Amino acid sequence: MAVEKLSTRHLLGIKDINRNDIELIFETADNFKDVINRPIKKVPSLRDITIANIFFENSTRTKLSFELAEKRLSADVVNFAASSSSVSKGETLIDTVNNILAMKVDMVVMRHPYAGAGQFLSKHIKAQIVNAGDGAHEHPTQALLDAFSIRQKLGDVAGKKVVIVGDILHSRVAISNILCLQKLGAEVMVCGPTTLIPKHIESLGVKVEHNLIKALNWCDVANMLRIQLERQDIKYFPSLREYAMMYGLNKQILDNLDKEIIVMHPGPINRGVEITSDVADSKQSIILEQVENGVAVRMAVLYLLAAQND
Amino acid sequence: MQKRTLLDGQKFQITIKRLCHQLIESHNDFSNTVLIGIQPRGSYFADRVKHELSEVLKKSVIQKGNLDITFFRDDFRRKDGLVSASSNTIDFIIEGKNVILIDDVLWTGRTIRAALDALLAYGRPAKVELMVLIDRRFSRHVPIEPDYIGLQVDTLDSQQVKVSWKETEGEDKVILISESNK
Repeated sequence: MAVEKLSTRHLLGIKDINRNDIELIFETADNFKDVINRPIKKVPSLRDITIANIFFENSTRTKLSFELAEKRLSADVVNFAASSSSVSKGETLIDTVNNILAMKVDMVVMRHPYAGAGQFLSKHIKAQIVNAGDGAHEHPTQALLDAFSIRQKLGDVAGKKVVIVGDILHSRVAISNILCLQKLGAEVMVCGPTTLIPKHIESLGVKVEHNLIKALNWCDVANMLRIQLERQDIKYFPSLREYAMMYGLNKQILDNLDKEIIVMHPGPINRGVEITSDVADSKQSIILEQVENGVAVRMAVLYLLAAQND
Repeated sequence: MQKRTLLDGQKFQITIKRLCHQLIESHNDFSNTVLIGIQPRGSYFADRVKHELSEVLKKSVIQKGNLDITFFRDDFRRKDGLVSASSNTIDFIIEGKNVILIDDVLWTGRTIRAALDALLAYGRPAKVELMVLIDRRFSRHVPIEPDYIGLQVDTLDSQQVKVSWKETEGEDKVILISESNK
């Protein structure tokens, strides 16, 4: 049975894909989840494809997850980290990537500190691009795996209420999550100190709340973001200790809610800041499921993009 | 479009029964043999065979699984359109077992080639045999031949063989579809 393909050749952001694409990715990820739970966790689909993972910014989870996904699809993988490359010798982005492509690479998975880097690259080179995070812009595969994890836990994303707590201003995970959840029919709220909520974010159709307890009482799912100190050029709040007191999620708050909510975190966790250890390790937390689903969702994305053979 | 019935009614039932008796002839009580239906349509055939075998053998523990070959296809990126994957349900160990691969129609043999690959992810079977309801003979692209055959037919590449099942389509029937009488 032939089904429709993805509507895009690259995965640059959730903004560029539609609900059908997301559902196709989820259905394919269900099959890959079955594959990675077998004794032999590998299928030969991408055996004639070479993928370059180009990371201009540090990453552990995303890089590992992409690499595993690629290897489980039997693709050939080359890795590149900017810190140990000619970028530090002054090479431009296009030159770096064209040199890699001259070695016959079909697909590029890229993380870059600047927003729109993937978009820029897709206009100048032939290979397919998967955005693995560009500045404070988008991180589409994270949003897809978050929504996939909600769907797995609650059966459906449509009609669910999700609050994203923390550093919304510097977060690509937040933007991609908002777009993805809305496309799937969920209600989204953002919560955090005024300084970390972007102005006019209401225009995206999200609710804004500055009181954590009120936000948690409203939601079915809470996605706790990390405070991205490395992106904060000025001080947005007096101290981490004060932030943790106002916006940190602890077991006591969780137990005092009228309902049982699901706790998510895109990682890496700063234990004791946005979330305490007992919450991160509680049975309401699906943080490790998110990581497992990440591999299946990324396999689905790579597989479906590879099918766009032209 | 022309349709010709190849198999239906009592003859369909007799064919299935004959195949089951042939299986029993070589596999006795099925204590070390499992049935694997190739998704999606081979699994309907495998269900029927399992049902029939259980009646003849008065035994209800014949193991049957479904195998999906989508990710093992050799035409990925070479053909327009995607094939949607089905689920794999093999909840037993096939290491050291006799495996009977079951599909409804055998044509080029490429699906079976992929299935042999896919099967390896579940262990090393002692022996693999192939059973098909319809064999479109003289049209193989790979050297694969079935061990148990319901009906052999001669067809053109432009024709299509369609098997429908009582459980899913309401009727047990095999038809040959020709585009037009050119």
